[in-house]
Formats: sequence, structure tokens, C-alpha cells
Amino acid sequence: MSKYSAFSVFRHALSGNKSWGRAWRDPEPKASYDVVIVGGGGHGLATAYYLAKEHGITNVAVVEKGWLGGGNTGRNTTIVRSNYMMPGNTMFYERSMKLWENLSQDLNYNVMISQRGQYNLCHSPGQMDAARRRGNIMRANGIDADLFDRAEVKRRLPYLDYSDNARFPIHGAIYQSRAGTARHDAVAWGFARGADQRGVDILQQREVTGYLWEGGKIAGVQTSRGDIRAKKVALCVAGHSGHLAQMAGLRLPVETHCLQAYVTEPYKPLVDTVISFGAAHFYLSQSDKGGLVLGGDLDMYNSYAQRGGLPIVKHTLASAKALMPSVSRLKLLRHWAGVMDMSMDGSPFITKTPVDGLYLNGGWCYGGFKATPASGWCFAHTIATDTPHEDNAEFTLDRFERGYQIDEKGVGPKPNAH
Amino acid sequence: MKRLATGGRIDRSKPLTVSFDGKSLPALQGDTLSAAMLAGGVSLVARSFKYHRPRGVFSAGVEEPGAMVHLRDGGRHEPNARATVIEAFDGLVSSSQNAWPNLNFDVGAVNNWASPFLSAGFYYKTFIGPFKHSTKFWMMCETFIRRAAGMGRATHQTDPDTYEKRNAFFDVLVIGGGVAGLSATLSAGRMGAQVMLVEQDFDLGGAVLSDPVGSESESWVSVVRDELLAMENVRLLTRTTAIGAYDGDTYALVERVSDHLKAPQNHQVRQRYWLVHAKRVIMATGAIERPLVFGGNDKPGVMLAGAARSYLNRHAILAGQNVVVATNNNSAYEVAADLSQAGASVQLVDMRVSVADSTQAIARAAGATVVLGHGVLEAKGVKAVNRAIIAPVDVSGRAIGPAKTLKTDLIAISGGWAPAVHLWSQRFGKPVHDKASAGFVAPDNPDCPIQAAGTTAAAASLDEVLTQGFNQGVAAAQAAGFTGDAGEIPVTFDTGPFWQAGLSPAWATFNAKGKCQGKAFVDFQHDVKINDIDQAHLEGYVSVEHLKRYTTLGMATDQGKLANINALSRMAELRGLEIPEVGTTTFRPPFTPTSIGSIVGHEHGRHFRPTRLSPIHHWHVENGAKMTEAGAWMRPWYYPETGEDLRAAYVREAAHVRGHVGMVDVSTLGKIAVQGPDAAEFLNRMYVNGWKTLAVGRLRYGVMLREDGFVMDDGATARLGEHDYFMSTTTVNAAKVLALAEHLLQTAWKDLRVHVTTVTDQWAAIAVAGPKSRALLSAVSDADLSREALPSNHFTKASIGSVEVRIHRMSYSGELAYEVYTPSGFGRHVWETIHAAGKAHNLRPYGTESMGALRIEKGHVAGPELEGRTTMKDLGLEGFASSKKPFVGSVLRKRPVLEDPERPILVGLEIEGEKGAKPGSLLFPADGEAKGHGDGWVSSTTWSPALGCNIAMGLLKNGKSRKGETIRVINFVGGETLTAKVVSHHFFDPKGERQNA
Amino acid sequence: MIRIKCPICGLRNETEFTYGEDANVNRPSMDEQGVQPWVDFVFNRDNPRGWHKEYWHHVQGCRQWVVLERNTLTHEIGNCELARDAKLPPSQASEAAE
Repeated sequence: MSKYSAFSVFRHALSGNKSWGRAWRDPEPKASYDVVIVGGGGHGLATAYYLAKEHGITNVAVVEKGWLGGGNTGRNTTIVRSNYMMPGNTMFYERSMKLWENLSQDLNYNVMISQRGQYNLCHSPGQMDAARRRGNIMRANGIDADLFDRAEVKRRLPYLDYSDNARFPIHGAIYQSRAGTARHDAVAWGFARGADQRGVDILQQREVTGYLWEGGKIAGVQTSRGDIRAKKVALCVAGHSGHLAQMAGLRLPVETHCLQAYVTEPYKPLVDTVISFGAAHFYLSQSDKGGLVLGGDLDMYNSYAQRGGLPIVKHTLASAKALMPSVSRLKLLRHWAGVMDMSMDGSPFITKTPVDGLYLNGGWCYGGFKATPASGWCFAHTIATDTPHEDNAEFTLDRFERGYQIDEKGVGPKPNAH
Repeated sequence: MKRLATGGRIDRSKPLTVSFDGKSLPALQGDTLSAAMLAGGVSLVARSFKYHRPRGVFSAGVEEPGAMVHLRDGGRHEPNARATVIEAFDGLVSSSQNAWPNLNFDVGAVNNWASPFLSAGFYYKTFIGPFKHSTKFWMMCETFIRRAAGMGRATHQTDPDTYEKRNAFFDVLVIGGGVAGLSATLSAGRMGAQVMLVEQDFDLGGAVLSDPVGSESESWVSVVRDELLAMENVRLLTRTTAIGAYDGDTYALVERVSDHLKAPQNHQVRQRYWLVHAKRVIMATGAIERPLVFGGNDKPGVMLAGAARSYLNRHAILAGQNVVVATNNNSAYEVAADLSQAGASVQLVDMRVSVADSTQAIARAAGATVVLGHGVLEAKGVKAVNRAIIAPVDVSGRAIGPAKTLKTDLIAISGGWAPAVHLWSQRFGKPVHDKASAGFVAPDNPDCPIQAAGTTAAAASLDEVLTQGFNQGVAAAQAAGFTGDAGEIPVTFDTGPFWQAGLSPAWATFNAKGKCQGKAFVDFQHDVKINDIDQAHLEGYVSVEHLKRYTTLGMATDQGKLANINALSRMAELRGLEIPEVGTTTFRPPFTPTSIGSIVGHEHGRHFRPTRLSPIHHWHVENGAKMTEAGAWMRPWYYPETGEDLRAAYVREAAHVRGHVGMVDVSTLGKIAVQGPDAAEFLNRMYVNGWKTLAVGRLRYGVMLREDGFVMDDGATARLGEHDYFMSTTTVNAAKVLALAEHLLQTAWKDLRVHVTTVTDQWAAIAVAGPKSRALLSAVSDADLSREALPSNHFTKASIGSVEVRIHRMSYSGELAYEVYTPSGFGRHVWETIHAAGKAHNLRPYGTESMGALRIEKGHVAGPELEGRTTMKDLGLEGFASSKKPFVGSVLRKRPVLEDPERPILVGLEIEGEKGAKPGSLLFPADGEAKGHGDGWVSSTTWSPALGCNIAMGLLKNGKSRKGETIRVINFVGGETLTAKVVSHHFFDPKGERQNA
Repeated sequence: MIRIKCPICGLRNETEFTYGEDANVNRPSMDEQGVQPWVDFVFNRDNPRGWHKEYWHHVQGCRQWVVLERNTLTHEIGNCELARDAKLPPSQASEAAE
């Protein structure tokens, strides 16, 4: 498989782009693997990649019911950041950020990491105080953060609403300069190509319908196209974790909810950074193609439909105009939805499960995309060594009975509020 | 290109002033901007997204990929306006976009020559950069890529126009005002159903508007329109697009009320957003013509055949003199005939070898030449087409003989039609492939609330369109419960070869080597060529989703309306599959790009969210208070006296309360009436403390937990009567507490005979605090407020200013204090009465900032401490919990981690030095490296006028055993390190002597 | 726009309601002292893909909690009744416990 570079593109161009090889193979499955990863999204593919790269475990299959990257990897708003303040989260997301910063080079695939910075706006003195606490924890953990007052935010983002007409005036913002965006599809494809090159079999169009059991231990998966044996089965199916866990007799602290995303028509550069509103759940950035990418609240009710409702569309667009009045005449091009594993404290799971041979990666709520590299890295560590890495040590299923809720927002066990 | 002297649905007596890039266009009333451009000889309108290739007008509708412009200026500037749907208006100013320095000479066109290097996915393979752990190289490249990408330039100016939303309820919603939609509206309307018909065009008729003036179809439309206009139960809305179909049979429409004018007039809105609830929908949205794929098929001068006919018959514009009509189906024969009759020299090049004589006769009779078994191999010309290379082709479109050159200025192409099933698909998923029409349609299901009719349902003849529409109207009315008589189907008429009859599967033309000759586009706006699809296939991006994302096919502003089926056809060929096996992508709302302002309506600026005001609000404003947001409420923050800033004002106000007397508006507190024989038991379960012993006339502070055992809220509850309690909550948690109480009473605690009702808005509340508060209230009311008559945690009824009030004796400030509750209608009167009487007692109003300072001096917890992650133990509230009874959260609060003795607990901090600490600072031991999460954090801070120093509350690990220790308070983001002494958080009057005075 | 037929108020838009939670989770009795039943109630969910009984609160109407049947895969709406009248089947967890 050829290495990608400007030179390779040039060389292939001269021969009419007719000799490109496949980015990944389409193999027939082996009868058995050391590890079968269920779910060919970013997390599953990253897990396979790091199992091979970091742990030398290459007898691995990734089993995907549709096409790889077709779930939340391909539906999110592409934001990358590491501004988490709860112990258990902070260093995990910073690991992810560090992996992002070298990911294109590591994968030899341009995943377009754009560290254009992210502002979280504050609209009251109380929000400024909460932002200061977050910023201080980030800084004390070696993560960049700045707290800006209203004047500085206005200087940097002059197009937001600073008029007397603003319902929730901007008091300031917390800023992470290393935050930004990445090209979501490229992340899945880059990890897929990297894993494939190291011998991982990517098996698409193959839905897991059950497990193979041997003496109370999971010994593989049943799929829509035949059984596959495995020493370890690892779930990376956020959005559907509850369903696949249920097949193994597990009941999870997770509800599945639908989250919408929105993109406008493409425009010349208009917003050069990522901005999160503090007066409502809303954030926006601009893709390299030029579309403003908007995100907002969940639809609030449990849903697997991958299709959102109108009230939240209106809610989100109203937030956009409240934050940045000049979007009024810009045009919404498309809105879509993905289904999220909303956990009971807003934080994920990367852990062994009570079922022998079954490993769980899920519960990502809104935050799965930014976590992709560290999620794969830590899950690979957990699967390979049967112990968690210190960065995912708290992402267990038993934390609720222990009382260790990792609740960044402090809203309690309401999955649709995280 | 020329405007004909006669014909067309335009008003030659109404010329309009319209310009593009400074050039005046000969527009007439009834034109679109694209029609005016064609009439004015403008062939180069825009540059494409990636290669900056010259593009002209390609269509006559919403699917337009190329003719996109900047429209209007100033705050009304709109980028990416599609010239094909912009109605010409007097004073229309437009300009080209995505070209530099100008449209004619665009530097970005260099990409066209470099296109082999910019093939599918090239971004992913290049720009990776040489430096490990650095994203700088890519970000530098990205800056240039971003500038080259995008399309139109948006403005940061504020939109001066207004928008509104309307709700509507109809039995039947008909989407599309063509023949099928009109027939459906007619039958459903005749049966008595409430029917709404929406049409995105400004005129009804649909495809009929592209028929020659004076045709039978035109008179059919006008007869039906007249009948519909006479029906009171039918509403016709033009200039209205159904953008989305949603759950609950709800449909989003946008009516462009004023977009056909220079600016909205007579205080009209620019656009109106309709939320329509309809029992049944008839989707009569027609079909979109598919392009043919060949080299240079994107050049100005290549146009959809139906569009060429539309410009001719609707706008009286002959878009070419030497026309090549290229087709693989029958629908183009009428195009050739009409163009020929209008004076063009027309050669019809049909990829099919065999076409019925009767069909050929249509074109031939009008003077066109018919060339069978040929396809256009390449369109030639630099900025406009001037030649067509045609060649004999086999059934797969491959050249099988020598090519020849035709001189031409217009190549009108038709590759068949794609039913517009978008709205159905948005709600119900992927459409199914219909082999007969080679398009995707909604599957048959008579129970579905959305039914297709006409070409949307791949109707095979006009007669079928009409009948289908009529019958669907009947079925919809019946489904909505109407049984009236639908009458006769209006008489049908003949329009010759219909739609895509006789479609050949060939959709692209290749040379003898099987390659397209030149750049052959599938997605025009995004510059996706046929060989990009081939390359994606080579690299394994073979699923439709991968193809779309890898090549960006179908992601342009037309959302694949033109490209999708051709792309699927190519991928099916490459993979050796049938089209249905390749699948299709899901259609998503909106149907066409929709302005954000229209959906937002009036909910922006001040009206983004409702604002809640205390009944005393206006007094505060009139008396100079600075107000602040507190959730949905506005509250007085401080009352500055001359020259005072926030700090000076709150320090003065707080000191004044301790020295004299102050009053603060606490009407925003949540208030809940708890009534019923089991009210005490209910309170016992809701609160951690016990309530069975509280006597009538008394009140008590209480703490509530969430179900998971963390602290949710606190407040006081008074027992007004035997079964009558008055609960107060914090301002922010009022709704949450009430919802939880209602939930428990209606589910788990159905046995309790208790009613809870919010009375927040019924009562105003005024806290009067300070050593002179008793004297003041005794003077202004008739109550006996002596220590004996009204001890702490008691209340009494009284009259102030002739208003019946309730006076609670309780203190938040730590001073002798009372809360006066009065019906909210009298809130301001009672406030003013107390304020007037207060002159003699040196009374001052105070705001939330000094209220905060006073409570911190007392060590009371508030929002910053009740932050959703703290337990009673953490906050020193454990003593309130009863061990004798269960309450919400009583079990889960004892989970092991929550009982860990090392958890940070609430402490007081005396900050050294003049400068106070900032909330959110972290706490570290006096020595050692300050990293990680620290030993705790600062929650609330103030300058304490009573103590004369800066104090703070915070949560500190092992806080209990660290009293007296000096620690560091670090605000990393503010660059400040302070030291502080750990003390009790009960800073001031810890024994409570002042409040019990 | 989900439309809910409130037994008190009639057919109304979802915007008048707030979503509560899964209606199949059974709150333990007040005197339950074990941690696990409370953990199951507060945190663990069946999270079905298909028909789901769930609580909605008619906050901008009669303020009654209702139990709505709704399909989480298709968003079809089934029966709606007052929470106080609802007879709810036990959740998987309580079945397992029995």
C-alpha cells in the first residue's frame, strides 16, 4: 500500500489517477480472531489501530453493520477540545488532544486538524466564575486556557451581539487555543487504512445479532453473515450500546437520544474559530468548505430514529441568531441527526464488563468525536492488558454504585441534560 | 439569445431595472433573474466551487447548480442566491461571486489546469506536513483553501427585515401547484375538506407554465384555478416552499412574502414560517430533469432541455440559435419542436437507435433534424459552448463510429427525470427504485399520511397525472373523514410524448476507449467528475455514503438534486450491481436552502427568551438600580449612589444593613402551596429534616436532595394552617422542585392526599433586614413584632398600607430580619409604603450583590455551593438530616465515595492582603508544586465590611482538620497567587445573636 | 413535532410538555434501605429500541404527568394516559429481582 504524499498525488495524476489502490481491503473473515471489535466507527477503528500499533495484536476484526464511519463519526459537528475539569476526565481528553496533534502524521492521512481555538461564552458573573474554575483546573493540569473579559471577546469576535438588545449579554469567555475542528470522515478512513495496513480485517455490511458463549464466557459473535469466534469481544457502538449489552444480559446506565446537527450553504470565511453560546446549548464553527456547522440540544426524548424534530431546529437556529444576528439571511442547507449513548453522568465507559470476555466502550453522550484517538488508545490498553490505563480508570460501570459520578455540568442523573 | 417579440408569460409593458455586475439587464415583469440574464446575453454567471470553471444558467428552477449570485446590498445582502428562482424586481442589484479579481478573469481558474492533482480525496493525501506533533503546516494550507472555498461572501451586518411564524391546521395539505396538485386540491376541496395548496413558484401550473402560451393545458389550469379560488375551504399559497416533513404530521413551510420586492413594504415581513398540521399530504412536487454526462457538459451554453423550453415558453427567450438537443428519452422532442418553431435551427441527437415515428414526427414537423443513435461526446468552447462533437454510440453510450462537429450555441440536454420524493424520504427513509421510470419513488402504502401524485409518483401519462391527483385528493379527504361528492374529473387533454417515456439507460457518452472526452461532470457545483467516481471506486469508497463524502458529490447547495442518480448509475456499473443494490442516500430537510431568520421568527434579540420581572421591577429601574440577569429573571444588582461602582455600592449597602436597615426584593424565590391532609408526610419525604412537629404559625429551613443523594435545593416552608403549607425554593430551582413534587405525587406517592401548586407569581416578597427592621415594620404595620410575640421562625398576619400581608421572621443576612409576603398586585404598593416609612429609620434598598456579601459573611450556601456535585456532608448541612425517616436521596447519599472523609468540605477563607480572591481559584498547600486538581476550590468571595477583610468560601480536602492552616489560592488564568487562612465558614456572629435579637 | 393526546387537555404539541423519563423504572418503596434497588432505579435503563412507555409532564397545560407509549425507532405514538392511572409492567431489573 502506497504512502500518501503530495508526490504520490502528483505521480498518480500523471498516470490519470488510474492506479490508486484500495484504502483498505474488503477481506473474507477468518474463522477466529484474538479480538473482535463490534462497530466500525472512529472509536472501533481507532481501537483496532492502537491494538495493532501499541500492543502488537493484529489478529483483529472490526465488524460493522453498515459502512464504516456511517454512524456518529460521520454525523457530528467535528469539534475537538480538552476543556474538562472533573478528575477522571481532564487528562483523558488531554491525551486525546495530544494524539490529535500528531494524528495526520501518525496515520499518514490528513485528518485536517485545525487548532483554530474555541470560545465558551459566559453571560453572567456566575458563569464567569464557573469558567474560571474550569480554566484554572485546565492550566494546573498543563492544558492551555485563557479567560477573556467582554472587551477582549468583542475585540476578537466583533460580529457577536454586544448590543443592548441582547437578551443575555456577553460577560466574557473561556478560550482554549489548541481546540478546533477535524475532518470527521477522514478520521474513520485514516484509522481504517492504518489498521488495515497492520493486518486488521475490516468486515463491513455484517451486523452482530448475538454472541457465541462457552462456559459462561463470550467466545465470539453471531452475525448476519455467519459466526466469528473471538477470545475477546469489544463493543464500540455508542448509540446502540444498550442494545448490544442487552444481548449479553447487561442493563446499562445509558439512554439513547437523538442529537441534531445543521449546516448552512457555503460562504467565504466568516467565523474563524469555534464558538459556544453560554445562554443556551449551542455552538458553531465554519467548515473548510465554508458551511457554518451548528449544534444544539438533544431532542430530549429517547430515540433511535436518526432524525430530529422541529422544536429543536427552531431552538438551535434561534440561538444562532441571538448569538450572531447576521446569520439571519444565511441559509440552512441541511439538518440531520445521530443517536447518542447518553450516560447518567455525561461521562463515558471504557471498561471490562461483568460478562467475561466482553469489553465496553460507550456512553459518549455528545463528546465522542473529540475523544476518538484516546478512546481507541485507552480501550486498546484495557483489552490488551485486561486493566484500565490511568486515563480511563474512572470510566467504569460500577462508578454509580460507588458514588463516583463524573458530572461536568452538575445536573445529576438526567441523561438528556448532559 | 434573444427575447422574442411575442409569447411568454411576461408583461412587456412593465420593464424592470435589474443589473448584474453593473450591467443593466432587459428584465420584464414575470422574469426571473436568470431569464433577465439570458435576455441580456449574459452567459457567464459564476465560477464553480473547486476548479473555478465558467458556469452559466443551467436550469430554470431550484436545482440550479451554477447561476448563483450576490443579491441586494447592505444588511439585505444575500450570498448564493439562485438566479433561477429570484423573481426580477425593480431595482434588483446582483453581482458575481466566488471569482477574483473578476468573473471574466478569475485567478482561481488555475485549479482547472491542475485538476488531475486535485482529484477525489487529494486533501487527505497531501498537506500532512513534515513536522511531528504539529498542525501548523496544515493550518497554513487551510487558510488558503478556506479562502478559495466557500461560495458567496456573507455580511456581518444585521438583517433589517422581520419574520413571523404562523400555525395552521388543515385536513389536507397539497404540495405543488402543477396539474396533479391542482387536481388533488379540486377533489379534496369539493368534498369539503380544509385544503391548503402550496406552490414554490409565484404562479400556479407547474410544468404547464413551460408549455406554449395558448395551449390547452393553460386553459385547463385557469379553469381549475378559478374553481379553487371560489372555494372558502381552500387556501392557495404561492411563493411558498414546503421545506420539511416532520413527526406528528407537521410540515414546515416558508412563504417568501416580500422577496420579490426590493424591500418589504407596509410593515410586511420578509418571510413567513408556517407550521402546518395536516391529516394528509399529497406530494405533487413533480420531477427534476437529469443531466447527461459528457465532456464539457458544464459549460455555459449547456442547459437542461426542460429549462430551455421553460425560458422559451415562459419568458419568450430563445436561449440559442443553433441548438443541439441531446437526449435519451422522449421528453426532449417537444423541446426541439418548440425551439425550432421559435426560429432556432435544431438538431435533436438521440442516444437511442429506435424511436417511434410518431415521436420523431413531433420534432421533424417543426423543422428540427433528428439524429438517432448518437450522443454528444464533448461540448467545445472556452467561456461558452460553440461546438458539439457528436458520435454514433452503442446502448452503453460508447462511441462506435467517427465523430463529427456541429456548430452550436446551446446544447439542451435531457437524461430523464427524477421524481422529487424528498419530503416523503425526510420522514420515512430511503425511497425505492422504480425500474419503469429508472427513478426513486415512495413505496406504495395507502396508510401513509404522505401520498405522491403525478410525476412524483412516476405517472406515465398526463392523463394518469390528472387522475392520480384527483383520486389522491379523494382518498385524502376520505381519510380525514369527508364523504362529500368529488364530482367529475376535469377533462383531460393531450400533450404528446410525456415525461421520460422510452428512457434509455445510457446516461453518459464515452469515446471508443470508454473514457469521457474532456472533463465530464456529474456534480456540477462541486466539480465532481465521472473519473472522480471511478477513483473513489478504485480506492474502495464504494458505498453511496463513502462516495458522497469522499468526492463531496451531492453535498452542494442543490444537495444532489441533479447528481445523485447519475452517480448511482456510475457506481452500479463499476460494481456490477443494479442501482437498487447500490442504494441511495437519505434526503434531509430542508428541501431547498432556507433562511435562518425565517425559522427563528421573532425569537431573537431581547425576545430570544421570555424575561420574568418581579412585580416591583419598575420601581427598581425608576430608582436607578443596575439590573442583572438571574436565570429568566431580572433582579436589582445594586443601587449606585453618585459615583459609585459595583464594589463601592455593595460594600455600602451591606454595611448599611448591618448598621441600620435595608430592604431587598426577593419576589423571584420559588413559592409552592402544599395542601392536603398528608402534607406533613409529603414534606417529610421531600426534605431531609422532619416536619411532623411543625406547628401552625411556624416555619422551618429545609434541605432537599436529588434522587441520587446530592443536594438539590434549600429554603423555608411555613405552616399556614392544619393542611396548608407555603414552601419557598431558590429562584433557579423553583421549576425543578415543583416538577419533582408533582411527579412523585402522581407516580410513586399516589397514596398521599396532597396538592402542590406554584404560587410564585401570586406573591411578592420583600426582605427587611437590619437592627432597625423591627422598629420600621412595627411602625408601618399593625403587627406586634416583639421578640416574645414573633420569635425567629414564626410568622404573623398583618396589614401594611391597608394590604393584608404575612410577615415571616427569618434571616438570610444574619441580622434581625423579616420577609413580607404580599399578593403580587400589591407588591409595589407595599414596597413603597415600607420605603416611605423607612425614611425615619434610614432605610436603603439593597441588591443581590450585597445580599451575597451578607450571606457569605454568615456562611450560608447558595448557587455556587449548590452546584450539583456537593453533598450535605460536603456543605456542613448533615446536621439537618433526620435519621428517623427516609427521604428523597437518603440511601444513595451514603454511597462509599460520598462518605469518603477526604472529600473537599465547605470552609471559610480569610484572604491575606488587599486583593480579594476570585471565585473559581484553586486551593493548594502552602508549599509544593501547584498542579493537578488541587486540594479544592473557591466558590464565593466578597469583601466583608463587617470583618474588614476579604473573605471567601471554598471546598477543601480534609477541611475540618485544617482550620488555621495557611494555604495558597491560585487563579492561574488571572495570574494571581494569594495566601489565605482556613477558618470556619461562619465568619460573622457565629452564634446568631444578632438575628435572634 | 410530536403530538401528544393529553387525557385532560386533548391533542397538543410536544412543546407544551417536558420529557421526563422511562416509565418502566419502578421507584423502590420509601423504606427500601438497599443501595442496589436505588441504583437500578436512578441509573440503569432498559433503553428499548422500539415501543417505550415514558413520562411526559404537561407543564404548560394541566401540569399532569402522563405515560405515553412511543416508538423510539419510528416516533409513532400510541396510548397516552395519566400517570396516576397507569399500570406499568415491571422493568427488566425488577423482574430479575423477583
